[in-house]
Amino acid sequence: MIKKTGYILLCLTIVLILTMVISSCVGAVPISFSELMSIIAYHTGLSGQQNFESQQAAVFLNLRLPRVILGVLIGAALGISGAAIQGLFRNPLAEPGLIGISSGATLFAVVMIVLETKIFKELTGVLGFYALSIAAFIGAGLTTMLVYRIAMRNGKTIITTLLLGGIAINAMAGAFTGLLTYMATDAQLRNITFWSLGSLGGASWPTVTALLPFVLIPVIGLPFLAKSLNALALGEAQAMHMGINVKVVKRLVICLATMAVGASVAVAGMIAFIGLIIPHILRMTFTADHRLVVPGSALLGAALLTLADLIARTVVAPAELPIGILTAMIGAPVFIYIIITERNKTNL
Amino acid sequence: MIKVRELSFKVGEKKLLDGLSFDAHKGELLAILGANGAGKSTLMKLLCREIRPSAGTITIQGKALADYRLEDLAKTRAVLSQHNTLSVSFQVNELVLMGRYPHFKQKPTEDDFRIVREAMEETGISHLASRDYNTLSGGEQQRVQLARVIAQIYDSPDACLFLDEPTNGLDLLYQQQIMELARKLADRGYCVVCILHDINFASRFADRIMMLKQGKKVAEGLPIEVINCENIHETFSIKVKLMECEGYNCPLVVPATILK
Repeated sequence: MIKKTGYILLCLTIVLILTMVISSCVGAVPISFSELMSIIAYHTGLSGQQNFESQQAAVFLNLRLPRVILGVLIGAALGISGAAIQGLFRNPLAEPGLIGISSGATLFAVVMIVLETKIFKELTGVLGFYALSIAAFIGAGLTTMLVYRIAMRNGKTIITTLLLGGIAINAMAGAFTGLLTYMATDAQLRNITFWSLGSLGGASWPTVTALLPFVLIPVIGLPFLAKSLNALALGEAQAMHMGINVKVVKRLVICLATMAVGASVAVAGMIAFIGLIIPHILRMTFTADHRLVVPGSALLGAALLTLADLIARTVVAPAELPIGILTAMIGAPVFIYIIITERNKTNL
Repeated sequence: MIKVRELSFKVGEKKLLDGLSFDAHKGELLAILGANGAGKSTLMKLLCREIRPSAGTITIQGKALADYRLEDLAKTRAVLSQHNTLSVSFQVNELVLMGRYPHFKQKPTEDDFRIVREAMEETGISHLASRDYNTLSGGEQQRVQLARVIAQIYDSPDACLFLDEPTNGLDLLYQQQIMELARKLADRGYCVVCILHDINFASRFADRIMMLKQGKKVAEGLPIEVINCENIHETFSIKVKLMECEGYNCPLVVPATILK
């Protein structure tokens, strides 16, 4: 079982690297594979030869590479947090976007932009690029706790309550975001629109470095909780009987997952369904074992989002499709498919 | 092995358990009988440390239950709960391996895999190893859960096993299989505490029986000592007849009158 898991994770890593290479090569300024290798070799000092045009190197290093890395980070963040949250809520339909976590993060981010409060300015002074991520993280954390309170009863999530709670929170956050949009100036309005659609267009090295810790910590930390999430699938009492400190696990999962969701929302806005589809694909094709699903969702999420972003920036070139639209177009039908299969399985 | 002294549990003003004291010993199967609402499940939750008592103490292997670290407790006792639904489906062998979770950090050892295999053999589910848990019948699922629970304490011969109505919803064959397994585990040296509804099953398989009513002990002792019309009437408020049966050392219990 373990050997198989390692093998699958290795394959997913290879898939991810392939998509990163392809995504680096394709675009308005095409770069061939050998040119790409040459650029990397030249800039890492491995080779003195310059078998590429300087424009290609500039595009790759300043535009494409940060964008590809941003896609990888956000895809990994959304995938892994989706897997973790589904494990925590004991429900394969719990997705950060669906149950209101993303909109909670959005609301806090928008509050920060529009109100331009004194605290935020001071925060920005101290924390720089991290301020918005932290605001979104807090928003995501608060909504998760709220949803958890609403949906949990005697250690079980009630599916309908969970989803209705999500609808309510989405509506509430939507209303406040709408109110702030109404109050916003033109420049702020552009920023807000960008959030509601979701895009990786803002990619640059500073955004990548601002996002990096918020993704790296959950991606490294959450796989260690996979065993506990497996036990939790049996029920909270059962997990406790197996020696798992359910309270601590819950807090850690909420903290790490919302950290990832919050930061990715702060940087790229709402990108829907990644957190729902990716873990589902892994569960359907391989196993529901969180020791595969949690790290696997990070890898596959990263690969899929990089690929989706490649499509988003090339399909209507020179213009660019907001990636949130694309993932929703692909994700919503898959979501419907999941609902139907779940219905047939549980006869709900 | 397990010492319970003056155990009480209150919700508001209502006493669900009221000054209950009893012992359970190594190598013994103790059956707990009682009507619905007698406090059996509350007692089970207290024994598992799911809830904390309002008063009184529980000691397991000479150490107060409250003083155990969760990881150590998991190696000292295993619990088969009444309701076992999975939120996502697992393969049977993956699920049984979960019983070994308290014993390894990230990677299971060869020993863990061996114990999983042996626990599955013991419960007769080896042929289901790669099946999807959610596609199994109720009886098969219960045996898988039992295999998981056995795997958890397989290498701790002094451990306790708590079974909460393990035969609920199963047909006669499966009921008997589960109880025979419980008996075997007690014979091997585990201390097995089992909530049951069927008096005849209890007297057939248990070493001792404790009867509860409204959080208090009605009777406790060997089946032959406690199975009598008065105790059963006191515990369940029903009239029964006792029938001697050849080969059994305890009379069978049948309803005396059919209620109209």
